[in-house]
Amino acid sequence: MWPGAMLKEVLCSLFKKPATHNYPFVKIAKPEAFRGKLNFFSDKCIGCKICMRDCPSNAIIIHKIADKQFEAEIRLDKCVYCAQCVESCPKKALEATHDFELASLSQDSLRVIIK
Amino acid sequence: MAKVTIPIGPQHPSLKEPESFSVTIDGEKIISMTMKLGYNHRGIEKACEERTYLQDMYLIERICGICSHTHSTCFIQAVEEIAGLEIPRRAAYIRSLVGELERIHSHLLWLGVAGHEIGFDTLLMYSWRDREIVMDLLAMLTGNRVNYAINTIGGIRRDINADNIRDILKAVDTLEERTKYYIQIATQEVTLIQRLSGVGTLSFEDAKRLGAVGPTARASNLPRDTRKDDPYAAYGELNFKVVTDTHNDVYGRTLVRVGELMESYAIIRQILTNLPDGPIAVKAPRKIAPGEATSRYEAPRGEDLHYVKSNGSDKPERVKVRAPTLANLQSVSKMLENGYLADFPIVIAAIDPCFSCTDRMIVGVHHPDGELAGAMDWKALRTYSIDWYKKNRGVNFKIKA
Ligand code: SF4
Ligand code: SF4
Repeated sequence: MWPGAMLKEVLCSLFKKPATHNYPFVKIAKPEAFRGKLNFFSDKCIGCKICMRDCPSNAIIIHKIADKQFEAEIRLDKCVYCAQCVESCPKKALEATHDFELASLSQDSLRVIIK
Repeated sequence: MAKVTIPIGPQHPSLKEPESFSVTIDGEKIISMTMKLGYNHRGIEKACEERTYLQDMYLIERICGICSHTHSTCFIQAVEEIAGLEIPRRAAYIRSLVGELERIHSHLLWLGVAGHEIGFDTLLMYSWRDREIVMDLLAMLTGNRVNYAINTIGGIRRDINADNIRDILKAVDTLEERTKYYIQIATQEVTLIQRLSGVGTLSFEDAKRLGAVGPTARASNLPRDTRKDDPYAAYGELNFKVVTDTHNDVYGRTLVRVGELMESYAIIRQILTNLPDGPIAVKAPRKIAPGEATSRYEAPRGEDLHYVKSNGSDKPERVKVRAPTLANLQSVSKMLENGYLADFPIVIAAIDPCFSCTDRMIVGVHHPDGELAGAMDWKALRTYSIDWYKKNRGVNFKIKA
């Protein structure tokens, strides 16, 4: 027995393409079920606040702005992207998008209001 | 030569987690080791009492980034037991499926880490590259690579379709090929065999006496596996064997883990061919009837245990988590005895520890004569901590009525 059992594989790899992706220049497709930044459809919302009650990290707040008109305040820094709110909403007023590049240098931009 | 006691940590000698060890050595030889945890206490159990069962599930899932499905399933099983919920068979099968995929990614990750600890970084690179295959599968099935959020009280949140099944089967074939290659490496590469053989030995008797769990126990020929001993999810209907080994050392633990990978592939194929039709969840009440339950789950690292007590409201009264690493810590001290200091990182890494999952708190009450009188209740603990901070840190917490 000799050391170097992986040598063949290592040498073969010299002629293979890298296994990594050249992100951010090349972006790979996210899975269909991916849970990213939330989207809110104010026309569907009835203000029941079930989403607020079920959110594990208090990341979503529904404000009443006028009669039967609601806006969603979403804290991207608190959200754990579980999409429980999307599932709990009886009116399908919330949606998890595929947007995940949310890093920011200012905390203010992590508080989004969707009308 | 005189015995010396040296502190190691709170920076971990092998993994990226803080805990501190106190090692007594005689020259290069380790005489004994004691460890101190508590650098990673996150107060998760207490936080659970302030959230609803549904919210707790996402919190509990974040106990560990690697065994996230383990913790959420273990917790949810206890809740379902208290509520008297019978989950649909399809949900049970898919829970097992995600559980096995998680085991595969965890074992491949361990293989890489173990390679890294012994200076075999080639193994790290290749096993982590192959681990991406299973990470992609998990992302496809559940949405995300970590913290899958597939469970819900009463079942699971996402169903799988025929396309998914085809993709999983294809990926499992590739992974099986690769694992066969790693088994070949593990049994042929002399540097690996000689580096790991006889290191961190734990005899069958010691494994049993010290309550070792998971691959640590199984590598000492102790066939302890919750999937067999106390079947949950779909494991009662699946046919698989408990992989054991008689080497009793780190090499044995490596063989057990790669052997378990092969078993996991077989389990996944069985799950996908026998996947029952039907609903994926039953409706769960928000308030859980009063009661208590303990649930066990075979994490990739060993038996995980959760205790949940309900008082009839929508929030649990008490949640207790015992992660597998805690059960294996006694064994680690034993394994290190009479070993060399240079083996310290790999022996610890061989139980696949996760110290932040392990960090729980218990404060004993001492009588004036120093005798331990038992655990404190929450009220006493709160008063104690407030007093402690006042005395030791000069912080004056206001007590709200
Ligand atoms: S659960 Fe849906 S409908 Fe109700 S407040 Fe939230 S977004 Fe609006
Ligand atoms: S995705 Fe989860 S954490 Fe984020 S707002 Fe919705 S429920 Fe809250």
